[in-house]
Amino acid sequence: MAMTGILRPGHVQLRVLDMDESLNHYCNNMGLIETDRDDQGRVYLKCWDEQDKFSVVLEPSDRSGMDHMAFKVASEQDLWRFESNVKKFGIDTKRVPAGELNGCGERVRFTAPGGHTFDLYAQKEQVGNGISTTNPGPWPKGIKGMKAIRFDHCLLYGDDHDATIKFFVEALEFQLTEQIVDGDLQLAAFLTCSTKAHDVAFIRSDKPGQLHHASFLLGSWEQVLHAADIISMEDIPLDVGPTRHGLTRGMTIYYYDPSGNRNEVFAEDSYHYPDTPVLTWTADNIGQAIFYHSRTLVDSFMGVTS
Amino acid sequence: MSFQITIEDSGEVYSCKETQHLLAGMMQLGKKGIPVGCRSGGCGVCKVKIHSGEYATKKMSRDHVSVEEEAQGVVLACRVLPKENISLSVIGHLHKAMMR
Repeated sequence: MAMTGILRPGHVQLRVLDMDESLNHYCNNMGLIETDRDDQGRVYLKCWDEQDKFSVVLEPSDRSGMDHMAFKVASEQDLWRFESNVKKFGIDTKRVPAGELNGCGERVRFTAPGGHTFDLYAQKEQVGNGISTTNPGPWPKGIKGMKAIRFDHCLLYGDDHDATIKFFVEALEFQLTEQIVDGDLQLAAFLTCSTKAHDVAFIRSDKPGQLHHASFLLGSWEQVLHAADIISMEDIPLDVGPTRHGLTRGMTIYYYDPSGNRNEVFAEDSYHYPDTPVLTWTADNIGQAIFYHSRTLVDSFMGVTS
Repeated sequence: MSFQITIEDSGEVYSCKETQHLLAGMMQLGKKGIPVGCRSGGCGVCKVKIHSGEYATKKMSRDHVSVEEEAQGVVLACRVLPKENISLSVIGHLHKAMMR
């Protein structure tokens, strides 16, 4: 098996101001499926083509933003190994007991240098993707709205950017796939633990622990345009798009959930193997790096986080 | 019913329906003056101080507006529905979030 260690983004827990509005957004408009609720009022959601019980947890709160992002590792041994790596890097860890999130095994929790909380876990209850594992159909019936396929990645704004990237590469064994640089200064880093263009990305900022967006995969550019139709039909606050990124070459649209957490749905981005060269965009070309067609930075896209 | 919204900083005046939040009314008429962010009470860039006029609010993130501030009329424009003509000044701004 080629893919070991950290496998993928497993879930993101987002703070929301109004649960009913949030469920309408994520389930009816984006097509996620509710799988559980707990006694803290948290609601568990998954995208249709995910096997595990949940990939998004909505947490009722009086604040917006990301509570934590979690990655699934391949085995219990990996959990121990990465816990040791994180400690060796000089970052404290703690264990969150199995079952604190319904259906999720024990988690190793730590705060990365940029101020974001991350968890690693090896076990999560599998509920399947709604398609038989024998003679499977291409998709399940009854998926709503944008028909998001999977939770794909987060883009995060944090301080201590260089230490965060060093930590993800050295302690968590991610690879740099793409970056924006201004001379020797790295402004943005896209990191993968798999063959995706990114599983997490970081932007150099002066504010710790900010969420720029949580992103979900769609199947095609046509599906991105379909999402754009839903955004206008349902009065969802649009940020940018539909357009193409230079970075990752993904085709994309950005909008906000009812608590002001930015979402992206995108399709048809690039891929990365361990021997793929790192792609570099220069700061004098940052407009094209971010929005390939307009080549123009958008104030809200650059400056709004939760 | 519509009400007149006055942005004291710029002198801009626009009309906003009672069913619309202050940013939606401003954007619909192509007016400017209050910074526009998430329009959902989460990012804080449209923070304003209301000087006069009754209004209703929806929930906004406590990271950006404290209970004390809200009591003094400091609110996020995207969470304010007018009940009368409103006069306000702008407090919020877009962060320069990417450091260069």
